[in-house]
Amino acid sequence: MADTTTGTASGAESAPGMPQLDFSTFPNQIFWLFVTLVVLYLILSRVALPRIATVLAERQGAIQRDLDKAEEMKRAAVNAENVYNQALAEARAHAGDIVNEAKSEIQKDLDKAIVKADSEIASKAAESEKAIGEIRNSAIKSIQEVANSTAADIVKAMMPGTSDAKTIKAAVAARMKG
Amino acid sequence: MEGNIAELGQYIGAGLACIGMGGAGIGVGTVAGNFLSGALRNPAAAGAQTATLFIGIAFAEALGIFSFLVALLLMFAV
Amino acid sequence: MAKEEAGNGFNIHPMDQFEIKSLFGDGPIHWYSFTNATLWMGLAILAVILLLVVGTRKRAIIPTRTQSIAEMAYGFVYKMIEDVAGKEGLKFFPYIFTLFIFVLVSNFLGLLPMSFTTTSHIAVTACLAMGVFLTVTIYGFYKNGMKFLGLFWVSSAPLALRPILAIIELISYFVRPVSHSIRLAGNVMAGHAVIKVFAGFAGALGIWAALPIISITAVYGLEVLVAGIQAYVFTILTCVYLNDALHPSH
Repeated sequence: MADTTTGTASGAESAPGMPQLDFSTFPNQIFWLFVTLVVLYLILSRVALPRIATVLAERQGAIQRDLDKAEEMKRAAVNAENVYNQALAEARAHAGDIVNEAKSEIQKDLDKAIVKADSEIASKAAESEKAIGEIRNSAIKSIQEVANSTAADIVKAMMPGTSDAKTIKAAVAARMKG
Repeated sequence: MEGNIAELGQYIGAGLACIGMGGAGIGVGTVAGNFLSGALRNPAAAGAQTATLFIGIAFAEALGIFSFLVALLLMFAV
Repeated sequence: MAKEEAGNGFNIHPMDQFEIKSLFGDGPIHWYSFTNATLWMGLAILAVILLLVVGTRKRAIIPTRTQSIAEMAYGFVYKMIEDVAGKEGLKFFPYIFTLFIFVLVSNFLGLLPMSFTTTSHIAVTACLAMGVFLTVTIYGFYKNGMKFLGLFWVSSAPLALRPILAIIELISYFVRPVSHSIRLAGNVMAGHAVIKVFAGFAGALGIWAALPIISITAVYGLEVLVAGIQAYVFTILTCVYLNDALHPSH
């Protein structure tokens, strides 16, 4: 039955029914499959897979390294920013100090200048006072002299030979005080 | 109308065996459809379950392949 | 009936593309014969070498396109094992990666026109699946001892149900390599057979051949998807089974 049906089912030629079930080819296939698998296994486990594993590990390492480096750089950048901010704050503080110092210096100079000017003014005032006093004294003296000489002249003219210079002077001084 | 009654049986049997493929189709459709409805509800968990999906499809499909094999055997090998 | 169709040019032999032929000489196929399966497995090795060894030879920190693909495949499988089976599963990484890359490359090579798809053969996928099954089972017993049997004893279920569940679990455990292998071979075979059937239509329809050709294009796109997904599914199921061996308690 099998012969006739396979013959009719698969056409006129004597083609085998299902090549998959042709047991005469099994030893051949199994042998070559075994050879193939052993060769593949050896190639893969000895050469290909370790190589790919190394490449992957290297790449992983490289990526990790780069990431680490990036992290480090980021940290450095943050540090630099902190330093910069600190420097900025310091500079600000310093600038404030300088301004204050300058202000106080200027104030000091100003005070000094004011004091100097005051003292100068005071001394000038004293000097001029003195000068005025002198002038006044000299004026008084000259007035006295003029009065003395005028009084002596008047006395001489009125009663010649009677008066001496001393009494006249005293009399004039007494009058002038009075 | 002459022919081999065994051949008739073979062809009828092969045709009947192909009905089994419909069952496999229903099974694969059920697996994939349920996976999809679950995946749309919780898309985050779907990615991890693709392996399970393929295993399920493979198991469902294997039975269809069996019926296909029976059909082939009837056609060519009996 | 079939003969009439053949006469009309309605030649659909969807299974011929999976035939294993000896490339040198016509004799019967011995276990050492150089067949088209051998050729395409060798091409798969070549493609893997090109992608994973030649493509990464520069060990560039900034990868080239080929190196990116290699690294993506590496990271994809690595993450899959880590997610599904945990850190302990990583000692099986080269083994699982071998399975993944072999299935993936074979699937994609099989999509080339006129090529032969090694993963469409039950013999190949059954060997892969049995390899996984045996590895997982032996490692499970080696690591957990008799506690590995706790995988079948569902301690969260009521006591009366546990023996029944144990039987079901046991059956499903032993069905695993079957479904694991047939899923891959069946998917790949189905897609290729469908393309071939449409190609047969195209040969018979004359001017209307455009329709099946458009369909072939669409199915081919689906096949590219399936080739990737089946490699992924094969690998992730390996991880799931491995997880059972590492953590057998329910």
